Amino acid sequence: MPDEKKPCLSATGLTKVFGFGRQKTVAVDHVDFDFYEGEIISIVGESGSGKTTLAKMLLGLISTSEGEIYFQGKKRDLGKGIWDQWKKREYWKNIQAIFQDPYSSYNMFNKIDAVLLDCIRMRGGGKLPQAKKIAMMTEACSFVNLKYEELTNKYPFELSGGQMQRLMIARIFLLKPKILLADEPTSMIDASSRATILDMLLKLRKETGMTLIFITHDIGLAYYVSDSVYIMEHGKFVEHGTADEVILHPKEAYTQRLINDVPKIHEEWDLSTV
Amino acid sequence: MKNTLRQVFQSGKFLVGFCIFVALLLIVFLYPIFIPDPPLAILGQGTFFPPGIYVSTFDSINSQTIYTLNLPDAAARRIDTRLNDQQRQDIKDWLVLDGIPADQIDITNTAQLLDLWGKNYDPNKDIPGLTNAKRNYYQRLSVSLQGLLLTAGQIIALPNATTGALEQTGAVNQSDYVNIGQVANVRVLPLGTDNFGRDVLTELVRAAGVSLEIGFVAGIIATLIGLSLGLLGGYVGGFLDDIIMFITNLFLVIPAFVLLILISFSIGQESRGAFTIAVVIGFTSWVWTARAVRSQVISLRNRDHVNLSKLSGHSITHIIVSDILPYIASYVVMALILQISSGILAEAGLSILGLGPRTTEMPTLGLMMNWAMIYQAQILGKWWAYFPVLLTIALITFSMNLMNTGLDQLFNPALRD
Amino acid sequence: MAYVMLELKELTTKYITRFHEDVYAVDHVSLKVEEGKSLGIAGESGCGKSTLALSLMGYYFAPLHYTSGEIIIDGKNISGMKPDDIRKTILGTEIAYIPQAAMNALNPTQKIISFINDVIQAHDPATSKKDCYDLARSVFENVGLPAEVLQKYPVELSGGMKQRTVIATSVILSPKVLIADEPSSALDVTTQKVVIKMLRDLMEKGIVKSMIFITHELPLLYNVTDDIMVMYAGQIVESGTAQQTVFDPLHPYSKGLMGSIIVPEAGLRDHKLTAIPGVPPNLKKPPAGCRFADRCKYVIPECKTNSVGLHVLEDDKRAYRCILPEEELRRYYKNA
Repeated sequence: MPDEKKPCLSATGLTKVFGFGRQKTVAVDHVDFDFYEGEIISIVGESGSGKTTLAKMLLGLISTSEGEIYFQGKKRDLGKGIWDQWKKREYWKNIQAIFQDPYSSYNMFNKIDAVLLDCIRMRGGGKLPQAKKIAMMTEACSFVNLKYEELTNKYPFELSGGQMQRLMIARIFLLKPKILLADEPTSMIDASSRATILDMLLKLRKETGMTLIFITHDIGLAYYVSDSVYIMEHGKFVEHGTADEVILHPKEAYTQRLINDVPKIHEEWDLSTV
Repeated sequence: MKNTLRQVFQSGKFLVGFCIFVALLLIVFLYPIFIPDPPLAILGQGTFFPPGIYVSTFDSINSQTIYTLNLPDAAARRIDTRLNDQQRQDIKDWLVLDGIPADQIDITNTAQLLDLWGKNYDPNKDIPGLTNAKRNYYQRLSVSLQGLLLTAGQIIALPNATTGALEQTGAVNQSDYVNIGQVANVRVLPLGTDNFGRDVLTELVRAAGVSLEIGFVAGIIATLIGLSLGLLGGYVGGFLDDIIMFITNLFLVIPAFVLLILISFSIGQESRGAFTIAVVIGFTSWVWTARAVRSQVISLRNRDHVNLSKLSGHSITHIIVSDILPYIASYVVMALILQISSGILAEAGLSILGLGPRTTEMPTLGLMMNWAMIYQAQILGKWWAYFPVLLTIALITFSMNLMNTGLDQLFNPALRD
Repeated sequence: MAYVMLELKELTTKYITRFHEDVYAVDHVSLKVEEGKSLGIAGESGCGKSTLALSLMGYYFAPLHYTSGEIIIDGKNISGMKPDDIRKTILGTEIAYIPQAAMNALNPTQKIISFINDVIQAHDPATSKKDCYDLARSVFENVGLPAEVLQKYPVELSGGMKQRTVIATSVILSPKVLIADEPSSALDVTTQKVVIKMLRDLMEKGIVKSMIFITHELPLLYNVTDDIMVMYAGQIVESGTAQQTVFDPLHPYSKGLMGSIIVPEAGLRDHKLTAIPGVPPNLKKPPAGCRFADRCKYVIPECKTNSVGLHVLEDDKRAYRCILPEEELRRYYKNA
């Protein structure tokens, strides 16, 4: 089975260094990985582990200091400077993201329609007739159980956090990227809406076959959704494997501690090991 | 947007500032429509006429209808304006020096005082201890007192064209009055005249208008430069940011006002119009706006909505215009308001130093201060030449700062109460 | 029955917004905390749990206003007291409060010890610095914090250490009730565990008599407190022991909430997470009937019109707010 898997996103020696001299901080430290097509991957780390920096590098939002990223087997080239913007734009047709905080993810001066129309335009549908565009937006909204008629002419901040995050998924539904990077997509929303968001993401993945990368600090969530789990500490992957391997039978001390420190409900939460 | 505007006008501070400012603007715009006099026309021959209503004496005398009014205290008032308490005391002093016992003189009894004076005063009499100046003063006083108690009228006479002899053409009685509405020439000068004899109020209104124009031009130029440099440096970052910050810091270490003085001075008196001064002020005061905008942009450019906009394939210009600019718009408006008011102050400062716009065409608030200062209005106690100007400057900057604090409280949640 | 340390009777408080609208964020809440026990309050954002924490100290400042009800601490009714008196005589000695971002309360230019001096001298200006230091040292050592911390500046301490320092400072006058509002939610799991251990120690060593712990994280609450109350839209919808509320919830909302718990345990992947559709009601205009009616799976027409009281079950501790009887709810859950 592993031989059949096609790598979708890989990296060798990926490093990000902020600052220089004495203030030098290595946020991501020579990371290697192969993410396979159609897989659900979780990158788990505590705050400051470099997981968000890694995500931004994968998205091409910040430059890499060292190492290479391979997209579908080919070396990724985003060009340099502002004159090579089109290369990034091409890349972003294939990789998209959902961010942690739905409240700050939207431009609060733009209406909801603008957000969705951007996606249609990006998929080359900018010149489609208006009725067709509305039909596409309606379809996307109904996919996430929102009603387009109620959303049109509204601003994002008039929605609840959960609704905003669902609209983000509607955006992905329109864009149909090959890879979706979800950076803590449920950490800012209530537990009762969390399941809805996760279900929608998983349903979308099933329909489009995209690769789903979760960036999270919540090891329980990582276990619940993913096929393979990468544990990150101080910019390095300390352990990776299938979800059952890593969570139920962790080998590294750091992973063991991380899992041990999360409060549980069916097992005893051991407070003596502090 | 509509919501923001509504919130803005619910802020008490902003509203007060806004009302003052709009009132000032209305006066500046409406006053010339009702009183279309040229603001720099020289009306008075002489300097610093006090505020008041000026009635033409000639027209009063030649008025068509003369009314007779018998007012009981008219005579007393007339005497009072010509013989005040100080003068009464002076008369008594002279009489005492002349040898009349002090207890015989009652200075409140006008008739007795004038009687004694008429009997005893002789300009040629040599009184020991009296200076020449004092002696001249008493001579003048004596002349002005002649006919003070007379109740008869006065004759108006004109010289005959052929003989040159005076011929009576009319008479004015003490009980003659004219209705001010029937006098052809009456001029109200609510704030008097300045050193050149120009109506201070008309001048002031025009000056406020010009100063506001200078403030607006300077403020808009400064904000535009600051905004574009801040946006560019903050968003693009890297080498461009380094260059922009270098220039900004360079401007920052040279005190803006000194720079302003040097530039104004080197432009020369001839080419210094109000617009030139405004541009010069604008080009020297963008530094803080640039720095502030840059730091705001730096914190904004890493926000998720900007990242999302990038991921949606928008160009840099689109991101700057629609994802960054709206977020700092409120801040920029606040900076603009401050720049305008500081532009007005800078113009005033420059003009007081004599480096303002050239003086023949239009007044500015600073120039009015400059003139008042040169002609020593503050020493001579001619308050109307400078105090209303000060008040106007204060009102403009106060209203703008009030608007600014109101907006600040609204847009900066940390200051909200 | 054990001695009741803190009791609320029908406490109602409201926010008055800038536009003069009333928002009843705590609506007729009654609760009892016995000596030596801890009570957890669970709920999602906006349900009024943080407002309840502020309200039960009796210390009100705009825009929060007291409306009705009683707060009884250690037999003393404090609901009518002036804010100034509360600050001087109740806060710190009867009740201590740890807000969510407590560690940010430390003044970066002050040493920890001078911060503690301020706290102690605010209650008793006559206390000497020596006494303050001795007291601080004994409390810090008692809760397992090194005494060197006292001579440090906040920047020299890690986030977890700062949080523990603030907690230790807030219990320095041995208050009877400790209110902890999300004391660990900004921390990493490991640090969170340290903070939780410390709170447990405070209870076990009797430094505080009772504790109210507020959080949205149910697994944490289950592990920390004896009893759990679930809040929804300003009201208590369910209360009981931790075991009962988590494993045998009665109210449909609590049922949904417990079904959405994610913990890294074997079997989690086979378990289907439950989702509650919709959003909580706007508390400016709360619905006439049950506040959960719009999101409830088992809604009947009466839910939307009749106001629903709290059903207290036989053992007095267990209560739930639903129009349906216990058996019917259980039958629904069984069939689901």
